[in-house]
Amino acid sequence: MAELVQMVALSPTMDEGVILEWKKSVGDVIAVGDVLCEVETDKASMDYESNQKGEIIAIIKDKGNSAKVGDVIAILGSKGEDYAHLLPSPESSSSQTNASEAQADTTPATSGLNSTAPSPIGESAKTKKASPLARKLASIQGIDISSVQGSGPNGKIIKRDIEAYQPQPSRTSSVQGDTEIPVTGTRAAIARRLSESKFAAPHYYLKVSIDMTRIIAARASFNKKRQKNKVGMNAFFLKFVAEALKKHPMANASWQGDTIKIYGSIDIGTAVDRGNGLLTPIVRDCGNKGIVDIDSELSVLIEKVNEGTLRPGDYTGATFTISNLGSFGVEEFSAIINPPGVAILAIGQTKQTPVVDEKGEISIRPIMKVTLSCDHRVLDGAEAGRFIAYLKAAMEDPMQILF
Amino acid sequence: MNHRYRLCMKTCFQTETKRMAEITIRDAIRQAIDEEMTRDERVFLIGEEVAEYNGAYKVSRGLLEKYGDMRIKDTPITELGFTGLGVGAALAGLRPIVEWMTFNFALLALDQVINNAAKMRYMSGGQFSCPIVFRGPNGPAEYLSSQHSQALQSFFVHIPGLKVVAPSTAYDAKGLIKSAIRDNNPVVVLESELAYGWKGEVPEEEYLVPFGKADVKREGKDVSIIVHGKPLRMVLEAADILATEGISVEVVDLRSLSPLDEETIEQTVQKTNRAVVVDESWPMCSVGSHVVSVISQRCFFDLDAPVALISSEHVPMPYNHTLELAAQPTVEKIVNAAKQVCYK
Repeated sequence: MAELVQMVALSPTMDEGVILEWKKSVGDVIAVGDVLCEVETDKASMDYESNQKGEIIAIIKDKGNSAKVGDVIAILGSKGEDYAHLLPSPESSSSQTNASEAQADTTPATSGLNSTAPSPIGESAKTKKASPLARKLASIQGIDISSVQGSGPNGKIIKRDIEAYQPQPSRTSSVQGDTEIPVTGTRAAIARRLSESKFAAPHYYLKVSIDMTRIIAARASFNKKRQKNKVGMNAFFLKFVAEALKKHPMANASWQGDTIKIYGSIDIGTAVDRGNGLLTPIVRDCGNKGIVDIDSELSVLIEKVNEGTLRPGDYTGATFTISNLGSFGVEEFSAIINPPGVAILAIGQTKQTPVVDEKGEISIRPIMKVTLSCDHRVLDGAEAGRFIAYLKAAMEDPMQILF
Repeated sequence: MNHRYRLCMKTCFQTETKRMAEITIRDAIRQAIDEEMTRDERVFLIGEEVAEYNGAYKVSRGLLEKYGDMRIKDTPITELGFTGLGVGAALAGLRPIVEWMTFNFALLALDQVINNAAKMRYMSGGQFSCPIVFRGPNGPAEYLSSQHSQALQSFFVHIPGLKVVAPSTAYDAKGLIKSAIRDNNPVVVLESELAYGWKGEVPEEEYLVPFGKADVKREGKDVSIIVHGKPLRMVLEAADILATEGISVEVVDLRSLSPLDEETIEQTVQKTNRAVVVDESWPMCSVGSHVVSVISQRCFFDLDAPVALISSEHVPMPYNHTLELAAQPTVEKIVNAAKQVCYK
């Protein structure tokens, strides 16, 4: 009896995943716990471990295809078994596709920008006859098969037609054409979560300038004593933010609709770029950790981000987030709150700046501008102001923490 | 008598060595049997006319004199009987070679082959093995009409527990039959009456041809022609003709039908993207149609054209010679099929 293998949620927020690679193929017998495939979820690439056993008789979602949670990705059973009746009927899904295609097709026609008549909508890729090889080659080379002229019997497109295919030169050839990038799981998750946050949470922003003289000196003197594993500046930020959150727990909280949750642990996420999206690996319980511990945990997490091995447990549920664009020379910016937290600290570049002190004298100081984005549903301006004032004071005079 | 034969063989071998040992398939099969009988005294040959008459097609010429009538055994015309005798001898520890005068007569012996030889290892839980070779000419010759012109490979390839090979060169015939005699399972060797006289080079030193390995008889890039047994010659001739028309043909000789070398089939189709399968048997449930199914399963996305199958027509073999030839694969049919899959 054939059995369906369905896409499962590999992270708490995953609705859909892209199959990056199949680790098993048709004919393989799998056991519970075997890795079936690698799936790009909304945040990371994850191994899909089977909780079923049997022989794979068909792979429904090939490498590169996206599958919603619950979609059938493969079939288990015995070789030669008929499983067609188990799959959703093609009519329902193809009619949807056709509808969206039709919509897409009409768009250029209504734009009216083309002076020449738009070419009539020809045979679609589906109805145009092509050999399996020609179809495969076209898809590898990114050629739209409906634009290829077939030279086989009855106009069938065959290998030599794909090889001979020359894309129509653009009339405005000096202008680079548009590129459409398919939205992957990570990109879709960033879009959805941050839109939700920006549209649902009433943001407001507090900016302060922090004199970094003492932190820089403290870090330099500390690192001087260390042969290797010099402590990074971000670990200092995490530590000072954690201390400020201890004093002002309303900034370490979450809007839950009918309740407000104040977190017991201070779990700070740090936004890390990975080229095509970002991740926020979390150092847990920063309130009870020293700077050295925080720094070494953060290094391990960043390495995982670079290797793509970060697990949902490593990035899910930050109670507060820090985003640092100082290294790009950004002086200051306002970040979007990373749910479920209610505040995010945007850190700018530390820059030598003339400062007028209380006595009216000008001195040059390393000044860092930070911006706190707050969710007004939880965090009122005064409380956020106290939080950021404490943070500023503590960083400018680290002894503060001791009191 | 014995002495005289040996002298004669010696002279034969010497002349052949000078000519780089180009020998007929008939002689290659005899050499294989001879060498294995010398090597292993459990090997014996049994069948109709194999001893006194030197074999209906002279394959066993001289073997009676050399090994005596305990090891070269004439039988009455009782295929089921002497095939069963062979199976019993194999179970008892000997290594029989059963010659069927043709495979058309082997139909009488199928119960012993299918129900006993092919099943014993499995049904005894491995306690018995059945090291036996069934061999003889299979497939149409000429002017023999329907009952004596049958290519029956599907009957054997269909059965798990049997190995089936189909040599079509002297080299392959000798190497495959030696492997068959040494194999601890029943092996069916499909020879061909019209191919017994074909000559080919055979090395002097001992060699074996392993089962499960197809052989690329000619390399090419435009289309693969996959064949086994006697039609290989037609395919090579067709490849020569196609070469003059600018089509480069890769010829794959399956040699071993069960086990079947699916990897080589896949590789050649991946290389050329087009395939013609040639099989002198009928098209339904044939080795040829199975190869087509292997291609469609393993190479679907490598195909630039539908696979062509050139087989015999699905009719009893006509006696009328013109119709007899028309019912079978021909060079012309193969050439046309290759052009068709190349869209030329």
